[in-house]
Amino acid sequence: MTEPIIDVAGLSRDFTVRAPAGRLRRTSRTVHAVHDLTFSVPEGAAVGYIGANGAGKSTTIKMLTGILVPTAGTARTCGKEPHRQRRELAREIGVVFGQRTQLWWDLPLHESFRALAAIHRLPSDRAARRQAELVDRLDLGEFLDTPVRQLSLGQRIRGEIAAALLHSPRLLVLDEPTIGLDVLSKERLRGFLVEERAAHGTSLLLTTHDMDDVQRLTERILVVDHGQMAFDGTLAGLVDRVGAQRVVVVDLLGGAHGAGAGAEVGGAGGAGQAGGRAAGVPDLHGIPGTELVAVEADGLRQRLAFTPGLTTAAEVIAAVAARATVRDVAIEEPDIEDVVRRLYLSQ
Amino acid sequence: MADLAPYRAVLSSRIRSQLAYRRSFALDVAGSAGVGLLEFLSVYVIFTNVTELGGLDFAGVALVFAFANLGFSLADIVVGHVDALPTYLRSGTLDAFLLRPLSVLGQLVTSDVQLRRLGRCAVGVAILAVALPQAGIDWGWGAALLVVAIPLVGAVIFAAVFVAAAAAQFWLVDGAEFTNAFVYGGSNAASYPTSVFTTPLRAAVTFVLPAAFTAYLPTLLLLGEPGPAWTPAWLGWFAPVAAVVAWAVALTGWKAGLRHYTGTGS
Repeated sequence: MTEPIIDVAGLSRDFTVRAPAGRLRRTSRTVHAVHDLTFSVPEGAAVGYIGANGAGKSTTIKMLTGILVPTAGTARTCGKEPHRQRRELAREIGVVFGQRTQLWWDLPLHESFRALAAIHRLPSDRAARRQAELVDRLDLGEFLDTPVRQLSLGQRIRGEIAAALLHSPRLLVLDEPTIGLDVLSKERLRGFLVEERAAHGTSLLLTTHDMDDVQRLTERILVVDHGQMAFDGTLAGLVDRVGAQRVVVVDLLGGAHGAGAGAEVGGAGGAGQAGGRAAGVPDLHGIPGTELVAVEADGLRQRLAFTPGLTTAAEVIAAVAARATVRDVAIEEPDIEDVVRRLYLSQ
Repeated sequence: MADLAPYRAVLSSRIRSQLAYRRSFALDVAGSAGVGLLEFLSVYVIFTNVTELGGLDFAGVALVFAFANLGFSLADIVVGHVDALPTYLRSGTLDAFLLRPLSVLGQLVTSDVQLRRLGRCAVGVAILAVALPQAGIDWGWGAALLVVAIPLVGAVIFAAVFVAAAAAQFWLVDGAEFTNAFVYGGSNAASYPTSVFTTPLRAAVTFVLPAAFTAYLPTLLLLGEPGPAWTPAWLGWFAPVAAVVAWAVALTGWKAGLRHYTGTGS
């Protein structure tokens, strides 16, 4: 077996927070940003690292990449000790912080690439080939000459990811890469990352708040809470454990009740609307494996929660269609924050 | 020089972007020259009232001023922007530096270059050109070598002061005003004969903040003056030593500051 790409044992990091207390005195208090983390990621794996804000995700990433020194415990990334072998490690990893730029703010993207190729000492033919590949697949061509500060967020993130991958690192670390992107940009970025990993076998460590990122890009998730490991396993395993439900949202055609539809849009729904529903809105209670969680817009929009494993979205929709005329369907995935919160409560 | 190629790549982009708008660049250079000239005006005003300052005549004081200015502005061109460190800390740029396989200080120094300060350099060179023939120097190879070496060693010393001041920013939040007092105060003190100061202050700007080594002491060597008590002219020969010591202090401070930032030290 080859050496793991990330190997962490008993990793901890404390911060001292000082606050004024009285006129001259200051109190200091120790915050355990990361406490006793142990995990290991094999080469080639894709891992989602999730947790609420302030759970210790960024601190962990900074320790794995050599920016911060652990207070206790050990971290090895690509077989190296991140802080002590910072420069050697930098040649083997690519890091993108979604909310901060690694590019030169006032230089055009192609100048940044040129500088990075020189920094990583890439032979010019190899750099040119790799750059052309990334420009093509991330669609950077039309803004290569634009200074980074003038790029849109989506363009900048693509540029950042290309910059992080220019030297073909073994491990790609992405900290909230899709934050603030629109649905289409997110989906294109995910598509690119899937292709890139398939083509080069790059290992991936990803922090995100987006459940779709986790689903599309990773095969394993680590959940941290208050700096401690709360879960290590697959997404399905996490959903099983906390019983996270998916929700089918159905928009129905009003039928006989059409005249009264919309009279109480956004109203309380549920019990208060029981009388109204009897007048002609289909009753979706009792569909196997589901629970009716909300009736909105006078019964024209209803939400059915179901637990994956007991039934499927297709079966639910078929059952609804048998009882009413379905105009539109949407499926809401469990919110990652919600899953983490439930996980924390279940412990 | 394969090792410098990564730094050169960024630097050449910077130079190109600064030269891209020629008129704006010319105005910047002129503005910087104007600052140097205004400062020299105060020396001129002093000499409309006196004939000697700190044991030197006008030509001698002009030499001290020109050497100090030339040395300082050379250092300012190359490393002056390190005082932007607090901005880099806040914006996360320093983290980006830590993620690249290069020295952090090297990246900080080569992240920019202040070409517009060439204006102030030019003022220093012009004053030297006028004052050198009038200062009564006993010319020879030694004197010629001194004229070239003084501003270069001075620049190295000032650069160390810039780096030491930047290192202090790792601890001081928004402490740029405080450290500027030393950087620009040092430059100012270096521009006048240190002999005008009282002995304690003179010792401070010689041995604590090595400003006297950048211009005054070596100028005494050039003029063949003996120098005041406690800081005699022969100390001028030790300017390179002062530069080495200043850099040793600056680099030690920088390393400690970076350790403080990444959290090894605390």
